[in-house]
Amino acid sequence: MSRVSLLALQVLVAIVCIALWQLFSSVPVFGKILLPPFFFSNPVDVFSQIVKWFVSGVIWKHLAITLWESILAFVIGSLSGVLVGFWFARQPLVAAVFDPYVKMANALPRVVLAPIFALWLGLGIWSKVALGVTLVFFIVFFNVYQGVKEVSRTVLDNGRMLGMSEGQLMRHVYWPSALSWMFSSLHTSVGFAVVGAVVGEYLGSAAGLGYLIQQAEGVFDVAGVFAGMFVLSAFVILIDFGVTLVERRLLVWRPTADGRG
Amino acid sequence: MTTPDAVALEDAKVAFRLGDGRVYTAVEKAHLTIAQGEFVAIVGPTGCGKSTLLNVAAGLLRPAAGSVRIFDRPLAGLNRDAGYLFQADALFPWKTALDNVAIGLEIRGTPRAEALPQAQKWLTSVGLGAFAGRYPHMLSGGQRKRVALAQVLIRDPKILLMDEPFGPLDAQTRQVMGNLLLDLWNADRKAVLFVTHDLEEAIALADRVVIMSAGPSSRIIGDWRVTLARPRDIFEVRMDKEFHALHREIWSVLKDEVMKGYAQSTHAAEAV
Repeated sequence: MSRVSLLALQVLVAIVCIALWQLFSSVPVFGKILLPPFFFSNPVDVFSQIVKWFVSGVIWKHLAITLWESILAFVIGSLSGVLVGFWFARQPLVAAVFDPYVKMANALPRVVLAPIFALWLGLGIWSKVALGVTLVFFIVFFNVYQGVKEVSRTVLDNGRMLGMSEGQLMRHVYWPSALSWMFSSLHTSVGFAVVGAVVGEYLGSAAGLGYLIQQAEGVFDVAGVFAGMFVLSAFVILIDFGVTLVERRLLVWRPTADGRG
Repeated sequence: MTTPDAVALEDAKVAFRLGDGRVYTAVEKAHLTIAQGEFVAIVGPTGCGKSTLLNVAAGLLRPAAGSVRIFDRPLAGLNRDAGYLFQADALFPWKTALDNVAIGLEIRGTPRAEALPQAQKWLTSVGLGAFAGRYPHMLSGGQRKRVALAQVLIRDPKILLMDEPFGPLDAQTRQVMGNLLLDLWNADRKAVLFVTHDLEEAIALADRVVIMSAGPSSRIIGDWRVTLARPRDIFEVRMDKEFHALHREIWSVLKDEVMKGYAQSTHAAEAV
């Protein structure tokens, strides 16, 4: 299928959904409105709310805060994940000792940490960053750990026979292998950084997309809730697109899934 | 004064400790020397420990008994005089063909600006001059072997250790690679230890063919000199009368070992 017709079909899905939404929230079927506006609002209201946010410029501040929190969470979580992952993979004893605790920490639903972080770090951005870090860290950590452990034996032996020192093996073999695993989980970890930021904002903050949605919900402004959701989705799609571009550049050496270069 | 042998294994014994505490002896009392400039091929049935012996010469494995001498010096740690060509893919998948070859020099501290032109030269000499920017997964199996060969040779090792390097390739590509290897080897005649299960390949390439018995506790049971004239062409040398006579002679010994090795491997499978 050509790109254009695919895109046309994708847009068609959105149009049909929005049209049905508008229809059922404004035209009664058998004397009953299926989507009462109080609970479901309607596309026109939601759209005008979004336009209002952008025209007045309020939204930019919230977007910037959420973006900044996500970036910080991603960078801090990735760095610490890479370091600890490397350390554990190279020191099996350390990994064995900490193994039950890592599993325990990872199994914990991170949302329950949000109140603690809010207590410790206040309602500013850092409590949200901390929440995002706890999500991103484990994804990166497990991938790097795996990446270092699963370096092909032959490639390692080859490095040794070519005369590489431990430091050179680290730089030319372990490091690229670990990074490739980390990059392959880039979509997930970036996604979780955003989740951490938004959930943190939702649970207690003074700015950000999560805050915007929470505020609207507090006054039963359903149009505001939906508008916030749509802005958030667009925001995530844009970030994901950026990640795809970065990934394409960083993983050129990797075969694609269908086996063709 | 005689020149020292490039590789000398004296009564080398290799044993592994199995999971259940028993000791498995892979190779028993192997005595093998490779003179400087000599091309020696080891042939034996599957699982006879020929690769094990090669890894001992490389210093990747330590013999349980006996000694390994490289140019008359006892080998401690990895064999720094040797280049090793692996059976499996051993290229760094995150480096281009050019970088894969250049790394051989960069490890030594050669500046990248100097290493790259040399790497390009080596890629050209293995026939891949136009593929410098490709990553390993974009190359065919034969092309990857060529890059691996260039990666090893750019360091100019005094000894070449090759572990069934052309094993995974198809029959035609193997012959082409064999000829390429002979051409490159002819230029400076390094000492070569070449492990293969293909007797024809061994005779066509080597100066000496060494036969190992079926494992476990395999030994070296035969050593033939190949006197076919050099330079050889692998395609043509196979038509030679001498080639056929030698092949028949060695095969009569090797055949029994192959059957033994096959019987053992099927028994082992039944026991499991």
